Amino acid sequence: MSTSPKDVLPPLIFEASRPGRIGTDLPVADVPAATGDEALFRDDLPFPELSQLEVMRHFTKLSQLNYGIDTTFFPLGSCTMKYNPRVNEQVARFPGLADLHPLADAPDSQGALRLMAELQALLAKVAGLGAVSLMPAAGAQGELAGILIARAYHASRGEGEQRRRVIIPDSAHGTNPATAAMAGYTVTEVRSDREGDVDVEQLATLVGPDVAALMLTLPNTLGLFEKRIAEIVELVHGCGALLYLDGANMNALLGCVAPGNLGVDVMHFNLHKTFSTPHGGGGPGSGAVAVTSALADFLPGQVSVQREDGSYSLEEPPRSVGPLSAFYGNFGVMVRAYAYIRALGGEGLQEEGEAAVINANYLMARLSDAYDVPFQRFCMHEALLTGRKQRRNHNVRTLDIAKRLLDYGYYAPTVYFPLIVEEAMLIEPTESETKEAIDAFCDVMLTIAREAEENPEVVLSAPQETPVRRLDEAGAARRPIVRWIAE
Amino acid sequence: MARAYVPMTAEDRESMLSTIGVGSIDELFAAIPPQFRATNMAQLPPPLSEMEVVRTLTDIASTDVSAGQVAFFRGGGAYRRFTPAVVDEIIRRGEFLTSYTPYQPEASQGTLQVGFEFQSLICGLYGMEVANLGMYDAGSALAEACLMACRVTQRERVAIAAGVNPRYRRVVETYLRAQGIVIDLDADPSGAALNEQHACLVLQSPDYYGRLALRDASIAERCHAAGAVLVVSADPMASALFRPPGELGADIVVGEGQSLGLPLNFGGPYLGLFTTKMEYVRQMPGRIVGQTQDLDGRRAFVLTLQAREQHIRRERAVSNICTNEQLLVLAVTVYLSLMGKAGLRSVARACYDKAHYLALAVDALPGWSLSFPDSPFFSEFTVDAPLHPSEINRRLRGQGIVGGIDVSEGGANRMLLCATETNSRAEIDRLLGALEGMAAR
Repeated sequence: MSTSPKDVLPPLIFEASRPGRIGTDLPVADVPAATGDEALFRDDLPFPELSQLEVMRHFTKLSQLNYGIDTTFFPLGSCTMKYNPRVNEQVARFPGLADLHPLADAPDSQGALRLMAELQALLAKVAGLGAVSLMPAAGAQGELAGILIARAYHASRGEGEQRRRVIIPDSAHGTNPATAAMAGYTVTEVRSDREGDVDVEQLATLVGPDVAALMLTLPNTLGLFEKRIAEIVELVHGCGALLYLDGANMNALLGCVAPGNLGVDVMHFNLHKTFSTPHGGGGPGSGAVAVTSALADFLPGQVSVQREDGSYSLEEPPRSVGPLSAFYGNFGVMVRAYAYIRALGGEGLQEEGEAAVINANYLMARLSDAYDVPFQRFCMHEALLTGRKQRRNHNVRTLDIAKRLLDYGYYAPTVYFPLIVEEAMLIEPTESETKEAIDAFCDVMLTIAREAEENPEVVLSAPQETPVRRLDEAGAARRPIVRWIAE
Repeated sequence: MARAYVPMTAEDRESMLSTIGVGSIDELFAAIPPQFRATNMAQLPPPLSEMEVVRTLTDIASTDVSAGQVAFFRGGGAYRRFTPAVVDEIIRRGEFLTSYTPYQPEASQGTLQVGFEFQSLICGLYGMEVANLGMYDAGSALAEACLMACRVTQRERVAIAAGVNPRYRRVVETYLRAQGIVIDLDADPSGAALNEQHACLVLQSPDYYGRLALRDASIAERCHAAGAVLVVSADPMASALFRPPGELGADIVVGEGQSLGLPLNFGGPYLGLFTTKMEYVRQMPGRIVGQTQDLDGRRAFVLTLQAREQHIRRERAVSNICTNEQLLVLAVTVYLSLMGKAGLRSVARACYDKAHYLALAVDALPGWSLSFPDSPFFSEFTVDAPLHPSEINRRLRGQGIVGGIDVSEGGANRMLLCATETNSRAEIDRLLGALEGMAAR
């Protein structure tokens, strides 16, 4: 997957445009032209004009500038870049699912409603919780739903005004504090201790009757399972707060834990991580939210329910926090997740969860001599390493190692996250990769460690083999050019 | 048992556990308190072969009646469109479908250049200066627009005009309630009732009932005189024909990208278009692509102004949005590239002409009349019918026709009808024939 940097990048569609071209042939009008509103019409539409072949070629060539899972191993920690099964693409396009209007009559949409109801039930089982809403369109929206549910719950008990704080670990993904702020809360940070767990002693000083929730990621963003989870749950529940689980790392738990059993009250899933739906370059995702039965009344939007006569309908829970989007969520993504879960079954999900954890630990074992490992314990589905050794000894940083990986045809791991670890590299192989693929990746990582030592310049000047080299990102922000303007 | 999606064999497992230095996976799970070490996987169904997955989904899908199987006249925020074949060919390519958010720009120029082209097209369509890479849908985009208006004006009150899609309105309420922002509903759509507390007037044009609510710059002027901004939700296809909100003084324009050739998909995934003026860009949520150059001077594209976003600013971010709807950004960009200037105009014109053909003919039927005969409209319009919409639709459905939306809370027997480029004249005439049979009975 290397392209010479001397390849010419495709021009913009505006630059390739020539008057009189069109990419699709349109029907001749079969009704008379209506008149009377001409004064309200726009003068011109500043759009390009291209033939169909030009469009096909333009976007095909652009695709070839991208790395994707189909061509490349994406060792991105926290993203779960597993294989996106193609049968899911096929079934999601069945007209009965894809060409269905959201306001179709209930008798015409029973299949879709049944799929939603079954997916709700499957996710509730996986979560070990009582009820699910599929409405949130992404993990961040799932988090917002969850925190709004906590808010509604406390308000229902007359404690809404008093509980103004949400506690969040310093290792948390940025969406967590951003979500808490959007939901009207102030954020209190709890430290991570030297073993990578939440500092339970500090947490004990932070809980109180003014806390609405603790947002926890499990395993945490260091890839580690909170050893003292029982104490954490007790502290949170003990002060009357709710425990929210950020389910981004759920792939690690599929083979070992059902969050509801731990004492989680509310959580979200990322269907586009754990359940194989494609990342698409940045979405669409889906962030289903699951809650205990006690919180089911507060779920957002409409949930699919099966009525006594066996038919399905959409109903808004009696004390719903309200809808987060106009319709029911990313149904097309739900279809793909449903197909995936049905393909694997409970047995397959159990196995893939275990394989994900074994793969990450194997990778860690192979790389732990060449790279610094901040926490000397088994990880879950992702391995946290750092580039500290390389920076200290050779002035080669994690950023440079990431860019050099691109030269070898790999996407970079998650870098500089979590924020609390210097020169962090978070690597998540997922269960999709074979042992050979992981070995090949580790071999390249070891090669780069050697390059850092023997020939650092080649790492510092990476990437050389990608379509473009390092970009002037500071310049882009200083003088933003955010659309094409005709000269 | 061999599994297509989980390649680890028993042999692999043994070898890898040995390298790790443990005898079993239980040692890897040692940190988990034993009382929590259990899943519910045994309660889930058994695995299915690929053939059985297809059969299961075929059975599910076959009980649905898709829009293409009937003569379809329903809109209300989701519109039946014809999507040229090239769109699906491109979004099915693995380099786009299975790629990640373009945080490593050197490996993502495809996604990033598409993003830049998308932003440019949407700005051109709405007459605005900057677009983001999209939000989840028009409802959540409208909510985020209100939050942005509050940040920009440093005010905490929002006026929502009557005529805004009630589904969007409810989403705005969900988002704003959490931050204690006050909402005035059914606000005067002319902007005359705004005061110094209001951050914005929210207008939809065409509105939920099809009416063009924004026709000149006077509403924006009134908003600005009150120190507020004008937020407009506009069907982007309407902006291909009518003067766009950006030319009429709007400060933030949002809309539903589904209208630009995306499948109906039972309500999602859709695409929230979001645009504003350059002076407000640092308060705009969502991802933005910017143009720059690489070390060798090549033009290239990169995510920019990231200091607004959650991964940098955390609780001080302007929004918590992370994953958006990027594959649909690609689909819309391909659709608009195929259509081009003339094609999009033609589709918009077809929606307009067919809706007007239908509307004039319905108005002429005894017992039927247009609810707002003096109001310009685009692709949807409201009628006052001789029977309740539910009864009309029941009778239509028996003839293979899906009629409009019941909006009788706004007027007795009121129905919202929609015609798009996908409705043939024959279909429209068939609908007219069926409606005529219901007059005054």
